Formats: sequence, C-alpha cells, structure tokens
Amino acid sequence: MSEAVTNLEELKRLAPPAELRRAPVVEGNKGLGWLTDKLSAFAEAKTPLWWWILFIPAAFAATVIFPTCLFYQVFTGVGVWGNNHPVMWGLDIVNFIWWVGVAHAGTLISALLFLTKQHWRTTIGRMAEAMTVFSVMMAGLYPAIHVGRAWFDWFMFPVPNSNGLWPQFRSPLMWDVFAVNTYLVVSMLFWFMGMIPDFAVLRDRSTTRIRKTIFSFLAMGWTGSARHWHNYEKAYVVLCGLCTLLVFTVSSIVGLDFCTAQIAGWHATIFPLYFVIGAVFCGFGMILVILIPLRKWCGLENIITKSHIDKVAKLALVSGLIIDYIYMMEFFIAWYSGDPYERWVFGHRLFGHTYMVLGWMLIGINVCVTQLLWFKKVRANLLLLFIIGVLINIGMWCERFVIVVGSLYQEFLPANWGKYLPTRWDIGLYIGTLGAFFMLYLLFVKFLPMIAISEVKSVMPEADPHHPLGGAKTGGEK
Amino acid sequence: MSAPANKNFYGLMAEFDSPAAILHAAEKIRDAGYRRWDTFTPFPVHGMDKVMKLGNSLVGWVSLAGGAFMFANVAGLIWFANAFDYPLIVGGKPMFSVPMTFVPSYIMLIMGGAVGALIGMLGLNQLPRLHHPLLGKKRFELASRDKFILVIGAKDEKFCATETKKLLEALGGARVELVEDAD
Repeated sequence: MSEAVTNLEELKRLAPPAELRRAPVVEGNKGLGWLTDKLSAFAEAKTPLWWWILFIPAAFAATVIFPTCLFYQVFTGVGVWGNNHPVMWGLDIVNFIWWVGVAHAGTLISALLFLTKQHWRTTIGRMAEAMTVFSVMMAGLYPAIHVGRAWFDWFMFPVPNSNGLWPQFRSPLMWDVFAVNTYLVVSMLFWFMGMIPDFAVLRDRSTTRIRKTIFSFLAMGWTGSARHWHNYEKAYVVLCGLCTLLVFTVSSIVGLDFCTAQIAGWHATIFPLYFVIGAVFCGFGMILVILIPLRKWCGLENIITKSHIDKVAKLALVSGLIIDYIYMMEFFIAWYSGDPYERWVFGHRLFGHTYMVLGWMLIGINVCVTQLLWFKKVRANLLLLFIIGVLINIGMWCERFVIVVGSLYQEFLPANWGKYLPTRWDIGLYIGTLGAFFMLYLLFVKFLPMIAISEVKSVMPEADPHHPLGGAKTGGEK
Repeated sequence: MSAPANKNFYGLMAEFDSPAAILHAAEKIRDAGYRRWDTFTPFPVHGMDKVMKLGNSLVGWVSLAGGAFMFANVAGLIWFANAFDYPLIVGGKPMFSVPMTFVPSYIMLIMGGAVGALIGMLGLNQLPRLHHPLLGKKRFELASRDKFILVIGAKDEKFCATETKKLLEALGGARVELVEDAD
C-alpha cells in the first residue's frame, strides 16, 4: 500500500458515527480482485440448470409462437386480430404502450440516478438498461405491424419516393416514429458504451481463444488508460443527460397520440405526464420481477443487496402514488367538466358491464396493492415484492387496456358502439414478445457482463484515492 | 537492463496496488518533467485528470455538434417536405412554423447528440484499434482487475531505460519492466 495509508485508529476516529454512515454499496467486500471474480463469475461459469429451464420455454415462445403469429398476421391482415370498428386500437397498441413503459424504468435507473449520484444504481444499472433495450425492441415491433401492410412501413420515414409524398410532421403519430427509433438507438448505444470497459475485463480474464477473440473485438482495444476514462466519463454524462430527456419525451409523445384525439377518455392534457409516470411505475414492477430471482440464482446477494431492492420498491411506491393522484384527477375532471361523454366513459370504466373487471383490477392493484410498499416489512420480504412486481405489471397492462379499449368501444354515437375481444393471434403475439424478451434477457445474463464491473468498483471505499481505508461517505473499513 | 534504441520499446510499465499510490506516483512523474506517460486503471481514479492536466474532454463538443447538426437537418427537412416540395394546407395552419417542427427536431437532436457522444469518445480515444503493445503483456491483464499500472513512453524526451526504471521503483512501483513494441 502507499504512504497515504496512515494510522487505522486515527481514521476510525475521524469516520462519522455509526448511525450516520451509509450502508456500503456492496456487502462482504473483500477487495477489488474478489469483486472482479464475483461479478464476472456467472458469465464464465458452466450454465446452471435453472437457466435452461427458463430458456427453453422462452426460446420456444420466441422462435415458434412469435413468428407463427407474426407471419400469419402479416400475410393475412390485421383482420386476424380482434380489432374492428369502433375499437381500431386493440392489444397491439395496449402492448406497445406496455412495452415502452417497461423500458422507461431502466433508463430512469441508469441515467437519472447517475446524474443524481446514487451509487447503489451501479449494481442494477446494467440489468435495467438491458431491460430497456429488449423491451423497446418488442415495443417497436407493434406499430410496425399494426399498420396492416408491414411492407409499406417505409412510408413512415421521410424518404423521397415515387409518389412524391412526405409524412405529415404535424401528427404525434409521426413523432412517435422518431421517438421510438431514437429511444431504441440511444438506449442501445448507452448500453453498449457502458459495457466497453467490462468487455475489456472479460477479455483480460478469458481462458479460451474464442472468448478472447470475441471480447477483444467487443472491447475495441480498450486499455483503461486515464485518457480513455477521461473521454469515456464525459461521454457517459452526456449520454445520461440525453437518456433522461428521453425518459420524459418518449412516453409523452405516446401520450400525445391519445390526447390530440377527440375521444372522451383520451382528450386530456394530463396524458403526457400520465404516460411517463405510468411507464416508470410499470418498469419498476418489471425490475423487481427480474432482479429478485436473478440476484439469488446468480449468487449476487452481496452485490444487489436488500437495501437496493428496498430502494427500488420505494421508487415504485413514489411513482405508484403519482399514478394514484392522476387517477383521482382523471375521475374528478371527468365529473367536474360536466361533459356527459366524459362522465359516461369514466363511469363505465368501473361500472360498465363489459370491462369493469379490468377497471377494478387497475384500482385494486395500482391503488391498493401499491400501498403495501409503505411497510418496511413488505419491502424486506422478497417473495412478496416479487409478487407485487408481477401484479404491478398486470395492473399497468389493465390500465392501458382500459384507456385504449375502454374509451373506444362506446364513443359518442350509441349506434357506433361495439365490443372488443382479443383473438388467439393477439394473445399469441403477446406471449411471443414476452418469450422473445425473456430469451434475449437470459442470453444477456449468460454471455455479457450483467453488472457494470468497473462502475461497481469505482464506488467502493478503496477506490477513492483520498481515503484509502474508507471513503468519507461510508466510513467503512477495508 | 541496458538502454537500447528507444524505437524497439513502447515504454516502461510499473504496477501499483491502490488508487492513492498511483495518484501520488503520477504527481511525482509529472513533477519530474515527463510528458509521454499514462496510467491504466480498472476504473477512473478521482483526481487523475487534474494530475495529468487533461483539461476538459472534447466529447461534449462533438456531441453538441452531432445534436445541432441533426436538429438543423430535421427542421430543414420538414420545411423542405411540408412547405417547399409539397406544400399542403392542414387546418389552415402556416406551411412552416416552429411548434410543428420542434418535436421531431428535438428527438433527432437527442439521437445526434448520443451518436456524437459515442463517436466522439471512440474517436478521441483512437478506438477501435486492433492492437496495443500493452495488451501483449501478461501482467497488463490485471489493469482491468485490481492493479494500477503506470507507463512511461519510450518516446518521452526524458526517457532512459535505467534512470526511469529507478525512478518508478523509488516511487513504489512493483515489477517495473520494459514493454516491447512490435512496430
């Protein structure tokens, strides 16, 4: 050790009292080498049985159910779905918003929590980003195929064509094309750039020639030079800032798709905020669903500590409370506006005969179940948190269904009313996207650095050159 | 180890055990007047950019340029498409106005800024590169694990295989060794 290491007793005396110390980011830390071994262990070890047990059904859904439903729909037409007049937006748009929503929490965790210097995000950031990338892929698919003639998708892009036509840039649906594509590209860039130093770690640790070649290629010659880090950190901050903007932009634009329409139940200025917060809430549910089993099965209990899960649960609670407030406002404004159509739509969300089950599931989960997260005992009970995470995803799916279908099926003219039921192709495609998402996620966990190795190391007490025995913030001992 | 012609060598490499050790060593190397040297660490060491006088990274400017380029281009494209090439009256609104162009242009600003940040980072770091003399050293693999490596380039004016080695050892550097350069 260097000369900077001084008297241990002196440092202990200078450290803040126990009750003021923050919990260390990583528990049971035994040094940087140990941490490197621990964090790269899963990508290097033999594939465990649970991975195969999850992977095979996911891969079946992704490679059999998914293409079957996709190609049948593309070759036959959107008529195979339940969408029909007056419900022209069915499960395709419900699932689109749901998948975009799942993506948002990942960006929020990795970007916004970086800008606010939350060190605990380093352990879950990469997994959250991967969730973002894969769910935006699933989301982007839906608008591309729900247009009916997927081979004309290029009409959505402003390319010169023989028709001499251009897209209409005043439409939020057009903005959506830009927003979702940008989200996909930027979240992938962010994810990939964050992995470059970790690819270098895996490259340097690789024992076989094939691993060495692949990771050398991916690491692009990263050496960890101070000059590299200098530019890398700047690029990281810039990307975090841009990603944070995206969190607030993409779902706002999806919300604008709705609120620029005249349909009662959609035509509300609260929609952009509503969709952003709903997206984040749903994504925190998905984070809980993914993190809780993986931390156990991958042996990462010391890294993704209970305290981190507790913080994610608190963030889920906060976003859930904002959602609850928006529900209250929606119902209040519908009543207060005196608009009979608004009142009709909102009354029928809870007391209409067709979709009231979904309306009450929405209230039951997003309003009632979320309140359980106030209790510390609930936040410490991982099984319960996992169940709450699944429920939040279901609740938010119900919310999107209620908004999309619940507003369309009984619009202004009673002669224009109808019902909507998804067909097996709707449901099959949803199962297919779920399978594809989990298949990609499992492949990511198995082959790529699922925890940001260099980032976790950089927030360890011994990584702070000014406090060799413990950072000022942790007061921890080595 | 005698001092050979500097051309066959990339430099001298020394290992340190902690971020504090390499930071102090870097200060001494800088004060000794060396210019072509670098540190290789598993994570960015706080304060190293000041010691090495790296200044402000230019990545932010590359990102800004990318973002501004995309913003201007998309706004221009919308003007071209909706006001010049195929003017179409929609709701009696003007053919071109700032509110209608802002959202797509702003979204593409984010895209341009992000691509600019990545390209700027890679470009300024001269990545991707297929080979680096240091990557051939077995001990250098630990620079991504828990060792902190300081390298003084053979092209440095003050570089002298014996004297520089003595200096690195005096600063607490372990396993000081010469790095060959294939070029």
